[in-house]
Amino acid sequence: MRSRAGWTSSRTTRHLIFPPVDQALGPMLEVDGLRTSFRTPRGVVRAVDGVSLGLDRGRTLGIVGETGSGKTMLARSIMGLLPAGGRDRLGVERSGTVRFAGHDLTGLPPAQLRQVWGTQIAMVFQDPMTALNPVVRVGRQITESLRLRMGMGRSDAKETALALLSSVGIADPGRHLRSYPHELSGGMRQRVMIAIAIACGPRLLLADEPTTGLDVTIQAQILDLLADLQRERSMAMVLVTHDLGVVAGRADETAVMYAGRIVEQAATAELFAHPLMPYSQALLAAIPRLADAAGTRPKPIPGRPPDLASLAPGCRFAPRCPYARERCREADPPLVEAGSGHRFACWYPLSLEDADTPASDLGDSQGEA
Amino acid sequence: MRERTDGGVLLAYLAKRLVELTAVVFLISILAFLLVHLLPGDPSVAILGPFDTPSARAEVLRQLGLNRPLPMQYLTWLGNVLHGNLGRSFLTKQTVATTIGEAFPIDLELVVVSQVLAFAVAIPLALVAARRPNRALDRLATATTFGMLSVPAFILAVLLALVLAVEVHAFPASGFTHLSNGVIPNLKSVALGSIALAAGSVAVYFRLLRSELISTLQEDFITMARAKGLSTRYILMRHALRPSSFSLLASAGINIGSLLTGAFVVEYLFQLPGIGYQIIVSIDSRDYLMVQGMALVVAVAYVLVNFAADLLLGVLDPRVRRG
Ligand SMILES: Nc1ncnc2c1ncn2[C@@H]1O[C@H](COP(=O)(O)OP(=O)(O)OP(=O)(O)O)[C@@H](O)[C@H]1O
Ligand code: SF4
Ligand SMILES: [Mg+2]
Repeated sequence: MRSRAGWTSSRTTRHLIFPPVDQALGPMLEVDGLRTSFRTPRGVVRAVDGVSLGLDRGRTLGIVGETGSGKTMLARSIMGLLPAGGRDRLGVERSGTVRFAGHDLTGLPPAQLRQVWGTQIAMVFQDPMTALNPVVRVGRQITESLRLRMGMGRSDAKETALALLSSVGIADPGRHLRSYPHELSGGMRQRVMIAIAIACGPRLLLADEPTTGLDVTIQAQILDLLADLQRERSMAMVLVTHDLGVVAGRADETAVMYAGRIVEQAATAELFAHPLMPYSQALLAAIPRLADAAGTRPKPIPGRPPDLASLAPGCRFAPRCPYARERCREADPPLVEAGSGHRFACWYPLSLEDADTPASDLGDSQGEA
Repeated sequence: MRERTDGGVLLAYLAKRLVELTAVVFLISILAFLLVHLLPGDPSVAILGPFDTPSARAEVLRQLGLNRPLPMQYLTWLGNVLHGNLGRSFLTKQTVATTIGEAFPIDLELVVVSQVLAFAVAIPLALVAARRPNRALDRLATATTFGMLSVPAFILAVLLALVLAVEVHAFPASGFTHLSNGVIPNLKSVALGSIALAAGSVAVYFRLLRSELISTLQEDFITMARAKGLSTRYILMRHALRPSSFSLLASAGINIGSLLTGAFVVEYLFQLPGIGYQIIVSIDSRDYLMVQGMALVVAVAYVLVNFAADLLLGVLDPRVRRG
């Protein structure tokens, strides 16, 4: 009874904020100048530093970057799901705008934002070992949002949970509803996590490393599954990964993140064929290929990302960039458009013809001759 | 493991703890036995004091079977104990079992009432405080409980007696009213003692649960629950409380166990003749058989309480059942 009432009221609220999404015009997601910083005892950490991007309904945007580049924080900032001030940090601040189906999420009071979470925008968390409650059965972790957010009764919710578990490829779903997370394998936990995220039929899925740590076969299965779901539900997806191999052929567009910023973004095939920014090129070179001789490992990018609490002026990649020059250490390259939606941030982009040498003709005359 | 049902896993855990429990109780019984039998000198002198009649000594020696080897004596004693025969006090002429039977329910009641009070205050308070750490309410609760921790139970007991019994006459200042004389008078007679005992427990439980809750609320699975659009209240009650309660449970086990004997100051002040009070009296009058019986009962109760806490932990945390 109570959940019925809750459903009616939450649905009303949802409709007040969001006219049915299919009627809304324009892109599913528009992010403009998004910044998120942590005030820590060491100084301000700019985890997300001025990110703008857009995503149409039913499409997939890949976000790639090394560990610590701010992918997770970007996804959480889009959702507005930032950590509450805890013990070890002094505070977190977010600025910029996030528009979802044309509606600004950044100004929403917490109670209304909560109505968006789960049912409109959902997230697949990076680490299913820590993101599933260890003392709550898998069943309740799936059914609770069905019951509390969708107003389903106990048996409806259970039926739906069974169907969800089968749809993510879990055999014997009835038994696994009664399992605790520690009783499942890593791949199963990942599937459960996806089942939870898609339970309420979100319009936008933020999938944070949905396949990290899984073997290649299961990885492909889960990515196929997500693609199927996307097609069925015309769901837009942000696919976060540190592995460019995952976005290849799966993301319509791919954005490369470095130290809290997007440093290059293009249609995925275009990015793979013609990276303009040396960091993207280095990431591409680091993808393991089947053609590689056995035993040879792709060379990792030497050096480490900069400390976000004390950034030097100039290009953030300069300390590790083989093409860095004087100008790179003085001024920050802006994110500019190279035509046909290919954006990059580099003073000396790699030439389109020869991706191995810096294109000095595109740079300025101050560069070393 | 995988094939076993959930209940099966829990049963296996239970069986394992039961074996441990039996071993501990066995050890306790040996210690309680030795308490009397290893007293230096003539045990009849130790038990009766130096000024007793020879016939009384002969009676002690006969009752204790002191002329036989120690292991045999132990087995005889254990057999008696298992039949509820803990001997008879040479001072009060009452059986030890009768005295314990009168004293122990008082402690049980004090402990149960005080712990119900303590949990009823500490848990909601910790939930509210942890929801917004370091805000006004949290600071107030933390400071208050710190104050409660530093006030010894007996000072609080005296204050309570002065205010609630002597001034307001809301409760009797002393004495125990048996349950057979009515529930309300009975509860009233233990109320002040229970409140005095609860204060320390509230402080400990609040602080433990608060800090566990605050760290649980930092966990990924809480962020995940938020991402589902669940309400803060629901998340606190259904996701955060249970995984935050494990150290509370362990400390409650130890605390309740030690309250069974540690309540003697409160028992003394409110004239509630519980076990703690009786043990002091018995030690003072060298009534060793009485001391032995009470030590045995209290130790077994202590072990049982902690066993219960372990079981509850097994129910609350599916992960420990495997261990
Ligand atoms: N709670 C926090 N307090 C302070 N700094 C934080 C916090 N969370 C994240 N950061 C910082 O923000 C930056 C971005 O972290 P984020 O987790 O988004 O990286 P990521 O790209 O997801 O990395 P990974 O591939 O390891 O998941 C890191 O430098 C990290 O140190
Ligand atoms: S701006 Fe300079 S340092 Fe930065 S990536 Fe381009 S070439 Fe390298
Ligand atoms: Mg991450």
